[in-house]
Amino acid sequence: MTIDLTETTTSAIIDALRQARLRLGGVASGMVLTLVIVTDEGAQYDAVRAASGAGRQHPCRILVVIIRRPEHPSRLDAEIRVGETSPGETVLLRMYGPLGQHADSVVAPLLLPDTPVVTWWPGMVPPIPSQDPMGALAQRRITDAAAADSPRGALVKLAAGYQPGDTDLAWTRATPWRSLLAATMDQPSAAVTGGTVSAEAGNPTADLLAAWLSHGFGAEIGTEPSAGPGITEVSFTTDDGEILITRPDGRVAHLRRPGQPERRVALHRRDTTELLEEELRRLDPDDVYADVLEQLRRTQASTVAAP
Amino acid sequence: MSTANPLRDPRDRRIPRVAGPCVLVLFGVTGDLSRKKLMPAVYDLANRGLLPPGFSLVGFARRDWEHEDFAQVTHDAVKEHARTPFNDTVWQQLAEGIRFVPGEFADDGAFDRLAQTVAQLDAERGTGGNYAFYLSVPPKFFPDVVAQLKRSGLSSPPAGPDGRRPWRRVVIEKPFGHDLASARQLNEIVNSVFGSDSVFRIDHYLGKETVQNILALRFANTMYEPIWNRGYVDHVQITMAEDIGIGGRAGYYDGIGAARDVIQNHLLQLMALTAMEEPVSFDAASLRAEKEKVLSAVRLPADLATGTARGQYAAGWQGGIEVPGFLDEEGIAPDSHTETYAAVKLGVDTRRWAGVPFYLRTGKRLPRRMSEIALLFQRAPHLPFNATDTKELGHNAMVIRVQPDEGVTVRFGSKVPGSAMEVRDVNMDFAYGESFTENSPEAYERLLLDVLIGDPPLFPRHQEVELSWEVLDPVEQFWAEHGKPDQYPAGSAGPPSAEALMARDGRAWRRL
Repeated sequence: MTIDLTETTTSAIIDALRQARLRLGGVASGMVLTLVIVTDEGAQYDAVRAASGAGRQHPCRILVVIIRRPEHPSRLDAEIRVGETSPGETVLLRMYGPLGQHADSVVAPLLLPDTPVVTWWPGMVPPIPSQDPMGALAQRRITDAAAADSPRGALVKLAAGYQPGDTDLAWTRATPWRSLLAATMDQPSAAVTGGTVSAEAGNPTADLLAAWLSHGFGAEIGTEPSAGPGITEVSFTTDDGEILITRPDGRVAHLRRPGQPERRVALHRRDTTELLEEELRRLDPDDVYADVLEQLRRTQASTVAAP
Repeated sequence: MSTANPLRDPRDRRIPRVAGPCVLVLFGVTGDLSRKKLMPAVYDLANRGLLPPGFSLVGFARRDWEHEDFAQVTHDAVKEHARTPFNDTVWQQLAEGIRFVPGEFADDGAFDRLAQTVAQLDAERGTGGNYAFYLSVPPKFFPDVVAQLKRSGLSSPPAGPDGRRPWRRVVIEKPFGHDLASARQLNEIVNSVFGSDSVFRIDHYLGKETVQNILALRFANTMYEPIWNRGYVDHVQITMAEDIGIGGRAGYYDGIGAARDVIQNHLLQLMALTAMEEPVSFDAASLRAEKEKVLSAVRLPADLATGTARGQYAAGWQGGIEVPGFLDEEGIAPDSHTETYAAVKLGVDTRRWAGVPFYLRTGKRLPRRMSEIALLFQRAPHLPFNATDTKELGHNAMVIRVQPDEGVTVRFGSKVPGSAMEVRDVNMDFAYGESFTENSPEAYERLLLDVLIGDPPLFPRHQEVELSWEVLDPVEQFWAEHGKPDQYPAGSAGPPSAEALMARDGRAWRRL
């Protein structure tokens, strides 16, 4: 059911949620987390759809914060959806006027007790996620550098302001590639002395992947532009020859290494729902991401400093 | 050559464990288990990205099939039974590595062709000479298959050019024998060709999340361990109830019965995990050491006539359907003494459990399908309430639900709202399905992956199997020499003798 509350308050929202639950014959105890989505009217549909998908198996409370019309007088409108697309609860909070500057005062009372809070910014990257009022409420803060005007610049800024609990969907997108590359290197091989990640221009995942590889191998792994889609090729130079993984179509990867037959493996690009599912799986700080961001920051700094 | 993989970081929890290059050879591809569990599990693993590039699946059976026919059978099984959504790209990758070798187990030529097929896969797909042989066939064929694997050289890998030896693993399913002697014999047959570290015995119960959670619940928390002993626990009930009959398994089931089929493996394993001491670590050796210790401390009741119960389901109504009795099932002799219900009261002779009975029961055609471990706690030594106030207060209980609705329930007394002080039992519930943002994999997915990775903690070793038979053999012998199973109507909770077993101790079974 959908309940619209206009010019409302958080206590009225909490009451309405409780009533709705009772009418549907359930209690809110099965929900595993609160997901706060900070977005705008244009992007909210896709974001809520992806989040509901991720929450389908596992109920959570989704709070969507939409800031509107700062010049208007303060007003809070709420749209409550219970028992529709996902087993949890979704509340769209539209904040007008000066209230928009105090969104945390609306969100805080609506957080589920005793369960983690995750904040996700689908369309933008706040300067320092942990210091953003919405980020400060959460122990997990999900940004998406791919949505920034300069993805690489956004990553460098995220690196400077990193706090444990930060994570970025550009990093999440790297997991299938990283998994394949790690599996490839499970087989003994000569030490990697260099390499390249090729991807369409402005792909922050390629930057993170290259930084991760550089960090792991202790060798310089660069990035090269390609026609895409996404990351199309990773190559390593070793004393025994080249290890090459190509994925021209965004679906199937071809793995070649010296003295062995070519192997193929499905490596498809994932949608936002799948990315969120992975993000919500573990809510402890991602130390490897922190190392990779730092590696990226150092590489960028030295590139800029070089004449 | 460097050996440590610089891209593997133990802190990196996003990258899953992926099996190395290998071939899975499946014997008995036409069976139910293959189609409903194994093939879907292989696909689900592939879909989750947990199988290596080039992974190949070879089927072996007495069928006049081409590779494509087997691929089609696998395809249909996957479409129908896989847990994860069907993805055509993933399927295509998997299908490229599917081969079929037709033949009989006695046919040397067929096994030579099998050896050629896997060698060809090594060359074409880079599977590295690593083979896992899954024997999804009745145990009477094990000697033939194992001997053939040895004769054709498939069981002993040659060292590769870099001096590394590829691995060979063999997977076997229950039953691991039908008594101690046959279990030992079976083990000798398999061990004559494969080292004991290469033998993986699948007890799919151990692949279930809930069962593994027993370890987390007990050893990662502080609040349960202090009460997990004879000082607080009154008794323990371990149940595996099935609503189905024997179906088409008459040939297997007659002469085996519920105790050998379920108690010997599943229930005794659950009991071992519940009763064992804390292992020093979670590696296979430490875990098995503790399980073996507790299994060796299991004590049978002094009088097997009153400490055990068995039954056969009679015709009746189960879940709204009229069903035949066990003796009327096709393929069952009308005078069969095979039990379809078995219950046994066991003790554990350790300081922790002395005097605490463990009641194990299993049966077919019971009211519903359900498996659980229930710890029933002692009543409070003194209740500062009127007797009438606590009339509805039962034992405090902790119930680990293995299936369905995997999870944990804690049962305790709570005040009933109102002006009177009345205390009644209430539930506090944890459900797996609701508490994690991750789906539980099927038990077979987990176990197959463990086989391919070579991670043995969840597989019972032959010592455990033999210890379980040592517990059960005297019961089977007693039953063989004394009378026959009681009848119980299909759809009821078991024979009256099982109720009497509990009643003599002043206890009752939990409702099914």
